[in-house]
Amino acid sequence: MSTPVFAPWNDPNETPLIRFKGVTKRFGDFTAIDDLTQDIYAKEFFALLGPSGCGKTTMMRMLAGFETVTKGRIELAGQDIAAVPPNQRAVNMMFQSYALFPHLSVYENIAFGLRRDKLPKDKIDARVAEMLKLTRLEKFARRKPHQISGGQRQRVALARSLAKGPKLLLLDEPLGALDKKLRQETQFELMDIQETTGTTFVIVTHDQEEAMTVASRVAVMDEGRIIQVATPDGIYETPNSVYVADFIGDVNIISGTAKANGKDQYFVDWGVNQAPILAHSERPFSEGQECHLAIRPEKISITKEKPEEAENAVQGKVLDIAYLGNLSTYHVELPGGQIIKAQTANTRRLSRRGITWEDPVWIRWNATAGVLLEH
Amino acid sequence: MRRFALIAVPYAWLLALFLVPFLIVFKISLSDIALAIPPYTPTVKDGFSALIQGLDFENFVFLTTDDLYYKAYLSSLQIALISTLLTLFVGYPIAYAMARAPQEWRATLMMLVILPFWTSFLIRVYAWIGILSNEGFLNQFLLWTGMISDPLTILNTNTAVYIGIVYTYLPFMILPIYAALERMDDSLIEAAEDLGCSRLTAFWLVTIPLSRNGIIAGCFLVFIPALGEFVIPSLLGGSGTLMIGKVLFEEFFNNRDWPVASAVAVILLLILIIPIVLFQRNQQKQAEAEA
Repeated sequence: MSTPVFAPWNDPNETPLIRFKGVTKRFGDFTAIDDLTQDIYAKEFFALLGPSGCGKTTMMRMLAGFETVTKGRIELAGQDIAAVPPNQRAVNMMFQSYALFPHLSVYENIAFGLRRDKLPKDKIDARVAEMLKLTRLEKFARRKPHQISGGQRQRVALARSLAKGPKLLLLDEPLGALDKKLRQETQFELMDIQETTGTTFVIVTHDQEEAMTVASRVAVMDEGRIIQVATPDGIYETPNSVYVADFIGDVNIISGTAKANGKDQYFVDWGVNQAPILAHSERPFSEGQECHLAIRPEKISITKEKPEEAENAVQGKVLDIAYLGNLSTYHVELPGGQIIKAQTANTRRLSRRGITWEDPVWIRWNATAGVLLEH
Repeated sequence: MRRFALIAVPYAWLLALFLVPFLIVFKISLSDIALAIPPYTPTVKDGFSALIQGLDFENFVFLTTDDLYYKAYLSSLQIALISTLLTLFVGYPIAYAMARAPQEWRATLMMLVILPFWTSFLIRVYAWIGILSNEGFLNQFLLWTGMISDPLTILNTNTAVYIGIVYTYLPFMILPIYAALERMDDSLIEAAEDLGCSRLTAFWLVTIPLSRNGIIAGCFLVFIPALGEFVIPSLLGGSGTLMIGKVLFEEFFNNRDWPVASAVAVILLLILIIPIVLFQRNQQKQAEAEA
């Protein structure tokens, strides 16, 4: 028996929790969000990923109610939320700076939102205790924010924003202030908490690794537009543009012109005196159309001898080796001057490594290894 | 050793310029009035034993027999308290507006608050006479607008004293509150609203508590000098304005009763020690909280 895959965005019968409908946001002359339409479903962990200034924070602040929409509408559970002030939205936000109230204890910080709802004291106590348990902060309830560590503060901020049981939780760079190791641990914690509470999370981040780890779907944004929305592996393996391919992880881009070669197969002419590259693509290309082949370095293998029966094989010279411990990335210079990155896992000890600088090498990859893109 | 030398400097300063003068004043307060130079007895010239025997608390007892003194103390406390509150109510919105102003304006606004210090305090208080007197600018303006038909009597009343104190000490209220508000993270207010506060409750539950230390510091910085204020009540106040600073001046220069004047000063200092100690404790607590 297998559990059904969580993918409400593929189910036409699902109604989205949040709908952006042609939303535009301008600050003076600057367009922060440009005619954006997007659905987010209940229980999703939706990541907004992009460089700073791409509009991801603006999108989140519009959901929280701190920014008004210039044009279009945002619906939460079928209701237009434009007229609802932030203090009446069933949306809570975890701030990048955490925004913990320094004059209140951890307990009082978490109880802050509950007290505004005028809940009876025993209800507040029970809910705060539940939140403290969820975030493993029981021991720190009486402390003030400046008396606990950064990681604990992050958890207080999370507990406080979850305490009111919002329909939607917004997280603005929630792990930005933590060091790398703690950040990785906390990512898994976030996912666990999201799963236990069943809350819809929208996270804003510029860290692609973080987005890939936690999210059920990732939206890659640039200049106020969403470029692609897909699951993490969809974004990584089948990017829809060079921008997305380049933004997520490491990639080689080979530009050329397409020439059909049977069903879903194309030859890419990419340089004088170079054999055309064979590439598989379900996206149709017309004869002679400009195209870009995006191949991840780990899908390119590197050998000293000329490989037999390779769909694509090119000779080059090792220019640089980046040794990362578990992986090594080889920068291979082709005769045309282009540099291709090839990555191998260091399954053997370093002393056995056969390839070194200036070595003539062959790189090879399959027709299905790369993605053929229009732009 | 070097550390000791460093600490010794401020202590020597305090000893020479605060403790020693205080002891001299205290000694005079225990002496008797005399027609001599200096106008009290005994002095050091009388010899040590005569000096010790000649001292008594007579002047302090005298202060309790005449209700002028305790009325002056109470009235000073009242005027200082009310004007501190008035300064707070005027100063807080100014400090708040300054802290909320665009970054590039703040330095200018700060300058405007400090600017009056470039003119002598005495001249500024005199200028208020020109504004508040019966023929002053304020009355002329109000008569011109037709809001009043007879000039208001403001000068030489307690109202003028309040105006003078609030005007003079306003920067001391604004600056510490501004410092506290400026440091505050704006996202705290957004967080409060996000958690269900209205603008007003967010202000009350977050902004006010977080500027508490600034408010306390500002209130002490106004209250302490206002309590012993002499120039403002004597220039702007009337015969009905009773303040201990004025009494002190009259005892000293008009009556030439140095011992009684000194006793008044010693009591004033004792009254001030309480708020000064409280102020110090607040500053210390604040420093600890930030460490």
